[in-house]
Amino acid sequence: MHAIAEKKKALTFQELLFQLQKFWADRGCVLQQPYDVEVGAGTMSPDTFLRVLGPKPVRIAYAQPSRRPADGRYGENPNRLFRHTQLQVILKPPPERIQEMYLESLEAIGIDLREHDIKFEEDNWEWPVGGAWGVGWQVMLDGLEITQFTYFQQCGGMDLDPICGEITYGLERIAGFLQDVDSIYDIVWAVEPDTGRKVTYGEIRLPEEEQYSSYGFDYAEVDKLWEHLRLYEAECLTLLGRAKEMFGGKSDADEVGVRRFPVLGAYELALKCSHVFNLLDARGAISVTERVGVMARIRTLVIGVAKAYVAQGEKLAGYTKVVA
Amino acid sequence: MAEFLFEIGLEEMPARMIAGAQAELQKRVVAMLRRENLLSMEDEERAVSFSTPRRLAVFVPGVFGKQSDSYAKVLGPAVKIAYKDGVPGPAADAFARKNGVAVSELKVESTPKGDYLVAETAHKGRGAVDVIAEEMPKELAGIYWAKNMVWRAGRPERFVRPVRWLLAMLGELVVPVNFGGFTAGKTTRGHRVLAGDAVVPLGFPDEYEQTLLNANVIADVEVRRQRIRKALDRVCRTIPDTRWREDHALVDKLTHLTEWPTVIAGGFEREYLTLPEEILVTVMRDHQSYFSVECTNGELAPHFLAVLNTETNAAGEAVIRHGNERVLRARFNDARFFWEFDQRVPLVERVNLLENVTFQKELGSYATKTDRVLAVAERIATMLASRGCVLDGAALVQAAKMAKTDLTTELVKEFTELQGQVGGMYARAQGFSAAVSDAIYDQYLPKSMEDSVPRTTEGAVLALGDKVDTIVGMFGLGLEPTGSKDPFALRRAANGIVKILAEGETALPLTLGDVVDAASASEAVRLKVEVFFAERLEFYLREVKGQAYDVVKAVLAAGANDVRDAVARAEAVSAVRGSQDFAAVSAAFKRMKNILAQAAEKGFATGAGVDDGLLSDLAEKALAERSADVAGQVKSLSERKDYREALDAVATLRAPVDAFFDAVMVMAPGPEVRANRLALLDRVLKDFSGIADFSEIVTAG
Repeated sequence: MHAIAEKKKALTFQELLFQLQKFWADRGCVLQQPYDVEVGAGTMSPDTFLRVLGPKPVRIAYAQPSRRPADGRYGENPNRLFRHTQLQVILKPPPERIQEMYLESLEAIGIDLREHDIKFEEDNWEWPVGGAWGVGWQVMLDGLEITQFTYFQQCGGMDLDPICGEITYGLERIAGFLQDVDSIYDIVWAVEPDTGRKVTYGEIRLPEEEQYSSYGFDYAEVDKLWEHLRLYEAECLTLLGRAKEMFGGKSDADEVGVRRFPVLGAYELALKCSHVFNLLDARGAISVTERVGVMARIRTLVIGVAKAYVAQGEKLAGYTKVVA
Repeated sequence: MAEFLFEIGLEEMPARMIAGAQAELQKRVVAMLRRENLLSMEDEERAVSFSTPRRLAVFVPGVFGKQSDSYAKVLGPAVKIAYKDGVPGPAADAFARKNGVAVSELKVESTPKGDYLVAETAHKGRGAVDVIAEEMPKELAGIYWAKNMVWRAGRPERFVRPVRWLLAMLGELVVPVNFGGFTAGKTTRGHRVLAGDAVVPLGFPDEYEQTLLNANVIADVEVRRQRIRKALDRVCRTIPDTRWREDHALVDKLTHLTEWPTVIAGGFEREYLTLPEEILVTVMRDHQSYFSVECTNGELAPHFLAVLNTETNAAGEAVIRHGNERVLRARFNDARFFWEFDQRVPLVERVNLLENVTFQKELGSYATKTDRVLAVAERIATMLASRGCVLDGAALVQAAKMAKTDLTTELVKEFTELQGQVGGMYARAQGFSAAVSDAIYDQYLPKSMEDSVPRTTEGAVLALGDKVDTIVGMFGLGLEPTGSKDPFALRRAANGIVKILAEGETALPLTLGDVVDAASASEAVRLKVEVFFAERLEFYLREVKGQAYDVVKAVLAAGANDVRDAVARAEAVSAVRGSQDFAAVSAAFKRMKNILAQAAEKGFATGAGVDDGLLSDLAEKALAERSADVAGQVKSLSERKDYREALDAVATLRAPVDAFFDAVMVMAPGPEVRANRLALLDRVLKDFSGIADFSEIVTAG
């Protein structure tokens, strides 16, 4: 009965997002829109992966749809999704009271901590392909992992200074918890203000889960995927080669040329490779022997981009100094 | 004298690292205070320490307020060496620098050997507050963490998690220790939620525990542990006819995850009990940190106990229970989905999928590993059959073929710790006999020296085949363990082989050599693996069976191939080694060995056999007769594995042996007599070395 009473005032999926965005905007975060290239996690968006590099402070928050083809279940499993939504908060450098701020954000979405059990349990994060890792916690609320909290230590194989704090909320999990539903598809996404009709998560997203799962597991053409991978990789490598020339110490490239050089474009090509790799993996097309090799190829791209991004920043900083 | 209290407040530390860090902090603080002459040796023992996920603390009573003044006089180099023409040279400089004085302050002392330089240093004792404030940061920085981090700009320090506050008091005084961007004060913090965010002031060091208790923090680890255990008992009593399953590791983990633990009971729908218990228990323990609850008959009950890090009222408990139950239901649903999903492709159809799962880069896929293990298992089965051992060969072959197929299932991808067990459960569900499914289920056993061995002969053979194949394969690639490095856990695999041969319910008529033989290995690898196995047997006898070093050495010198036999011999030798007769015989055997070695060194021939006609002395005749007699007894007793009685018989040789050495000179002048006596000793040694090389036994005096 208590749960039912609770349910009435529980936030809808979109209200949950509003509240968290408002909360972090009020604390100085810029609200960015989701990144429009397929990523496996909010961390891979350039708003995290590239902005954590270098000395420039960043406070940013954004919801990021994250695609993991192997987790697709044709919409049959109530707890797993091909594509789920993360709310990513990046605070660089991390404020001293970052944990307290995070706990306040839970209060802001209607979780009275005095009525719940919250634990910060060790959980370290690693993305070997991006040369990135950090230490932190999984935040457990009444036995449910609702957030991944990470202090980034390295990215693109480079030590970070200052480091950044990353808070990743699992929005479907939290909404399911707040609304006390057993299936993700039963989450109330929105309530129509005029009719009072409830629009569910399933109504909005189930066809995607069904069709993307089929695509990933059954339809994707393996030889075409390999071809995509090869093409994206080749173009990315070309760009990285030119970046190396342009940002090198001996380069006499002009400032505008350096500033306009598409490191971000190279990063998108690398992300494309990563997504195609995930599709091939879900399709069962990558033997274990190949796997290590392909991952190394993508790692070369991603780390190459990170290094180029830093080099570009340093090169541009050099022009500013000359002017000054 | 005053009480010293230090506390470092941190963001939540990893539970697994807290106990070690707490002990190290206490050790470091005590050692520092002793080194700085601020603590007497007697007071070392009175130091105590505390920890919670958010703090490490140490309390030391009896700390001196200041160091005592000291004076030291150090004798240096001779003046004639240190000074040249009245000018101080390098030796004088070095001596002055070493003692922290100026060259001009050096004095000269006349001794009978000449004039020497002398440095006098007066050390004015410093106040404890200053010394501790200076030394403490170095001790903190020195604490070992399995994984640490940086958090401040400029990366000035590494620690397990960001520092949030420091408290350091000597009596009422603040000790201004600086670390991690904080200067220590006299305030601590309570429980995050229950006590809120405000700082908690402390008047005196000895108020620490009580002050924290008022702020909903139990600082003492053992008090917390007991509170959890008692609460588990109490809450479990609310569910009739049940008990919680003891799990020391889980109690420990939760002790280090909580500051203010309480326990709630939750339940799940009975329908989930149709899932294998292993899966339910793994989900509860490894994924949710819940304790399982069982009925009085030992069967799993549809309940669990969760340890919270908070205390709330009945309404709050209902919310928390509901939330935990909801998560567990989702987890169980997931597991059930995998359980049903996996069965759409039966294990037999998964055999081919193993080609896509790498075992090891050079050793190929799990498909090729399966082929190899199957061949090894078949060879072992043939050996066993020829030795009269009953075994279901067809079941073994079927089990070996499917053994690794569970690696392709979703359930094992989700619960890797259940590999093998999952395969066994699927095989059972898919209609295979118990002989097949149990063998698959047990194939990774034993996983440690405390673990049990496979229940069936088929399981034992499969486990032996799997392990020896891995060992031989890795040794072939030169990937054998070195020192503390054993990345492929080959020692554990070999320990498992020894344990299976030693402890299997039916004794397998197999030696370690047979097991190596079954895996085709090159001669070079074979030799290495045999040595490796002998080391593991030695480890087993010493560490698991608790046998003394010399007994193990003596027993293995007489044979390190038959594991059960070696265990029996070691136990028999240990049982008799305390007897005086046996000790005397052991000492005599050592003497015989030495005499034979000396004779060989001097080039004295040993007779080919003992010629009774050449035995002249009564004592040597008696020894020859008596030992031949006893040798016969020992032989038949040993064949029956009555090693204890055999050794008792050996001990009866004490009198004739002692008499022999009293009356007979082995190194007789006549070469024939000497050779014959040497032959007698040689025969005695050989006759009685089958159980152990007694000369290895260390005897008192």
